[in-house]
Amino acid sequence: MATGVKPRVKVPKSAAAGDTVTIKTLISHKMESGQRKDDDGNVIPRSIINRFTCDFNGENVIEVLLEPAISTNPYLEFEAMAPEAGEFKFTWYDDDGSVYETAKNIAIS
Amino acid sequence: MELTRRRAIQIGVGALLISGLPFRASASTEDAIAAFTGGAEVGSGDVKLIAPEIAENGNTVPIEVSSDTAKEIMVLATGNPTPSVATFKFGKLAASRAASTRIRLAGTQDVLAIAKLEDGSFVQASRTVKVTIGGCGG
Repeated sequence: MATGVKPRVKVPKSAAAGDTVTIKTLISHKMESGQRKDDDGNVIPRSIINRFTCDFNGENVIEVLLEPAISTNPYLEFEAMAPEAGEFKFTWYDDDGSVYETAKNIAIS
Repeated sequence: MELTRRRAIQIGVGALLISGLPFRASASTEDAIAAFTGGAEVGSGDVKLIAPEIAENGNTVPIEVSSDTAKEIMVLATGNPTPSVATFKFGKLAASRAASTRIRLAGTQDVLAIAKLEDGSFVQASRTVKVTIGGCGG
């Protein structure tokens, strides 16, 4: 498991029902591409987050398939719709099988 | 040497080959496109790709894709060792068919965005990004 993986997500605390909210996510992960070599010339094995999903109350907002060409500490920004108050659930899937999760609540103003 | 007809043709063909090289997408790029589209024709239209003209650091190049009617958008970096970059699949609650992220580019190259629209057709947009320092280590 990659060490020091910490997801960070920015979601507005409240929004009008059906409004568009901009969500920014960032997860600290080295995203080793599998292309680099260490000092002895050995290839450093690939270790990346290969999939990200965002759901709101069980409904899918976005799914992203990530490849090694995504930068270190993958950053994603997208827009979601919140028809009611509820919870945004964010999930990152690591190559090694680890799953990182975080959730944010949003209220309807 | 006298410039015969045959020689002129040879020179012409050679020049064509050389000038065509940077634009010839690698076989793996074509494979990735074919895997996404299933061999369907890719037109141009409702997809936008925003990328900087010049990226100083190829390790982190901000890009943004958007479209009005896309179901999925795939991003390809044609000059990378593995061209696939990311595939965005928009769900029911996506307010807009747009997303941005940061990508790695090995060098100056074309970045492609191919969108699968709701009607099942495919469109693409491309941008050339000049990279000062490549982002693939090595």
